[in-house]
Amino acid sequence: MHISTGEAILERTERGLYCPPGGFYVDPNVPVHRAVVSHGHADHARWGCKSYLSVRDGEQILRQRMNDDAEFEFVEYGETVYMGGVKISFHPAGHILGSSQVRLEYGGRVAVVTGDYKLGPDPTCRAWEPVRCHLMVTESTFGLPIYRWRPQADIYTDINDWWRSAAAEGKCCLLYGYAVGKSQRLLAGLDPTIGPIYTHGAVEKGTEAYRRTGVDLPPTKYVGEMPKKHDWKGGIVVAVPSAHGTPWMRRFGTVSTAMASGWMMVRGSRRRRAVDRGFVLSDHVDWPELMTAVEQSDPETVWVTHGYSAVVAKYLRELGRDAISISNRQRTENDEEEADAGPPEDGGSEDDGGPRDGGA
Amino acid sequence: MKRFAHLFKRLDETTKTSEKIAAMRDYFASADHADAAWATYFLSGNRLPQPVPTKLLRAWAAERANVPLWLLEESYHAVGDLAETLALIVPPGESEGDDSLTVWIERRLKKLRAMDEDVQRDAVNQIWDDTPPEIRLAVMKLMTGSFRVGVSKRLVTRAIAEASGVPVDVVAHRLMGDWKPIPASYAAAIDPDATAVLDSRPYPFCLAHPIDNDVGPEPIGDPRDYLAEWKWDGIRGQVIRRNGRTFIWSRGEELMEDRWPEIESAAAFLPDGTVIDGEILASTGDGEVLPFAQLQRRINRKTVGKKLLSEVPVVFHAFDVLELDGVDLRGEPMHRRRTALESLIDGIEHGHLRCTEVIAGETWERLAEVRGGSRERNAEGLMLKRRDSTYDVGRVRGSWWKWKVDPFTIDAVLIYAQKGHGKRASLFTDYTFALWDGDDLVPFAKAYSGLDDAEIRKVDRFVRTHTTEAFGPVRSVEPKLVMELAFEGLQRSTRHKSGVATRFPRILRWRHDKQPKDANRLDELKAMLPQSP
Repeated sequence: MHISTGEAILERTERGLYCPPGGFYVDPNVPVHRAVVSHGHADHARWGCKSYLSVRDGEQILRQRMNDDAEFEFVEYGETVYMGGVKISFHPAGHILGSSQVRLEYGGRVAVVTGDYKLGPDPTCRAWEPVRCHLMVTESTFGLPIYRWRPQADIYTDINDWWRSAAAEGKCCLLYGYAVGKSQRLLAGLDPTIGPIYTHGAVEKGTEAYRRTGVDLPPTKYVGEMPKKHDWKGGIVVAVPSAHGTPWMRRFGTVSTAMASGWMMVRGSRRRRAVDRGFVLSDHVDWPELMTAVEQSDPETVWVTHGYSAVVAKYLRELGRDAISISNRQRTENDEEEADAGPPEDGGSEDDGGPRDGGA
Repeated sequence: MKRFAHLFKRLDETTKTSEKIAAMRDYFASADHADAAWATYFLSGNRLPQPVPTKLLRAWAAERANVPLWLLEESYHAVGDLAETLALIVPPGESEGDDSLTVWIERRLKKLRAMDEDVQRDAVNQIWDDTPPEIRLAVMKLMTGSFRVGVSKRLVTRAIAEASGVPVDVVAHRLMGDWKPIPASYAAAIDPDATAVLDSRPYPFCLAHPIDNDVGPEPIGDPRDYLAEWKWDGIRGQVIRRNGRTFIWSRGEELMEDRWPEIESAAAFLPDGTVIDGEILASTGDGEVLPFAQLQRRINRKTVGKKLLSEVPVVFHAFDVLELDGVDLRGEPMHRRRTALESLIDGIEHGHLRCTEVIAGETWERLAEVRGGSRERNAEGLMLKRRDSTYDVGRVRGSWWKWKVDPFTIDAVLIYAQKGHGKRASLFTDYTFALWDGDDLVPFAKAYSGLDDAEIRKVDRFVRTHTTEAFGPVRSVEPKLVMELAFEGLQRSTRHKSGVATRFPRILRWRHDKQPKDANRLDELKAMLPQSP
């Protein structure tokens, strides 16, 4: 790898990506003094940091999920701030509301940390824009050529068709997606003329944050506020995946269940979820998008993390790019959910104590 | 093809037998005879003679996807199924019309095999062009041969029976032998004229309930009301002799043809109109039963050679008679059927047909003592059958009980893990366990089942974070997890590094309370080996 003479703009450390001249971490693995964060998911916005710098669109989500005693600073997309002579700006990543690629410029060199991102459309957030750079740090959650997303509009049609026919059979639909991001993207695609839309507690919280930010979503009702003997027939409940198979489900009577996730591309994952339907809807880049993103960002060096990093790095090297894997852990379908469970006091899913991504 | 692909999807998405049968029934009820015949053929486990070598398919798919071959292999590791990998990696095709399953097979897939490689390559690429996602997987499955949707010929048979209204045993009989996937075969299978009595027709098997070893047999009543026999570990079978012909059925309602010539020759001595129930066992002429491992050498051999016949002779140990002189005896009490059986077998002098021994025992204590000697006889425990019971269909509580000896158990350390296939692809679910030999851990058994889904996910995460080395799909992990394994038996083996092979190893529980050093030693396992004669 080959970064200009002088001080490196980014370093890989045990705690995560560190910018030595700026004295801050980008999406750290552990609580740190100064964190610059790409978006509000807990595996990127680490709970317990002293200060957070992120983009304005993500303010509601971040304030809701991070420690109250922290200092927050928010800037607009494209606005620049300086820290220790490092020029920092945020650029849309298209992953969830307020998700950014973090651009760092120092000594004539530019590094971009993509966070999580996708290139396809999403009615609930700003679309990804290419940012040219010398060093690109990219995720690779779905970095295999078997992952190729169908158009969002087709998936929305499939979901509404499923809801419509289940409703006609007198069933209540349970649609699972991560609490922040996926759930709101799902809500935005539901056709409210089919029936009432309800939200699970964790989804409700995320949805509030979206609404406060000004994202237009169809009317929803919080499950917890409905009367005891409520008739759920014909409705759809957007819930977190961990609610599946719990006693919470019983109130809905006869249900049809579905999961919306990129992992649903493969049969094994669909079956393990034990849901009736799997909708392939992801907020991460698929294989062609990942290749497009690298091409358009056109970095000299690529650091690949979060997912099939070794595979993607090897392939990019074969294409003639300088690329390395900076993470030896593969992402699994559970990781994000655990990460998505939010701060500890949310009573999120219990972790088995396994080590988090070491980042190096 | 859309309808067949839809059937495949329905079968694939459920593990419930009733839903699988319903999916097939719906298909058979509306498919024409040609498609129904092909569906029967594939769902029963048959495949086309390999249309294209998979090596070529892989290479062409990688080329089509514009990725190197190693990347296709990486994808295959993640998916766990070749047909699915091919279906996903090649960009989707499009199709205006919808050719039937039969057209696909007869005009396209069957022709591939004889083509020159260049022509074949164009044809395969054309297939990819013509297959949108909803039919792509089913077509790739037909081309690569591995169906794996959890249906057996027996389930297919039941579905056809339900769709056609023809009794299931009639359909089963008609699907036997060298069945050709042509419309006439299917039409014959569902011909409503089933008046002719089928000589081969078996009776549904009576099955036993297990006795809970923690509770013991007392709750089932007075031992004097029961007839006790050894519970053998062989192949349950029904021998039918009617109109000068012999049929041997397995419990899986599979007709075993030409597999057990000794028993067929003994059955020729039975009078016409006889059906007996019993166990096929590897056994010497004097009745001594050999370990199951010996019988295993003959299982699944379609034809049996002379050498094997002399090394592993089999004997039919009869324990019940269901039909005599063409009369159904199943409504008679057990003790009368037993008397009839004894006089029937007594009249036949043949080394490969005998009655099971009745074990005397007036008290549970006495029977428990006898049961303690099961392993020395290669038995699994005792069978207890109520003397006044009729021969029931299926597992009816109260008439037959199996009182098995406890399985062997041992605490072992997980040292290797591999991803599962099919349903469990992409999760590490196949484990290899080891025991201590000095300071070394020696692998001795593989186990695939016994953990619940939550535990499997935890082990999967452990494997991903504690891998020390990877050889192909196999991960070597830090020896940290201790699990208690149960198995039914063990024998010496030169093919295993440990020198011991275990039968039916499975995980009993995860011993969170134990450290790796607390796991058992190999010599402790060897001490469980049966004493060599």
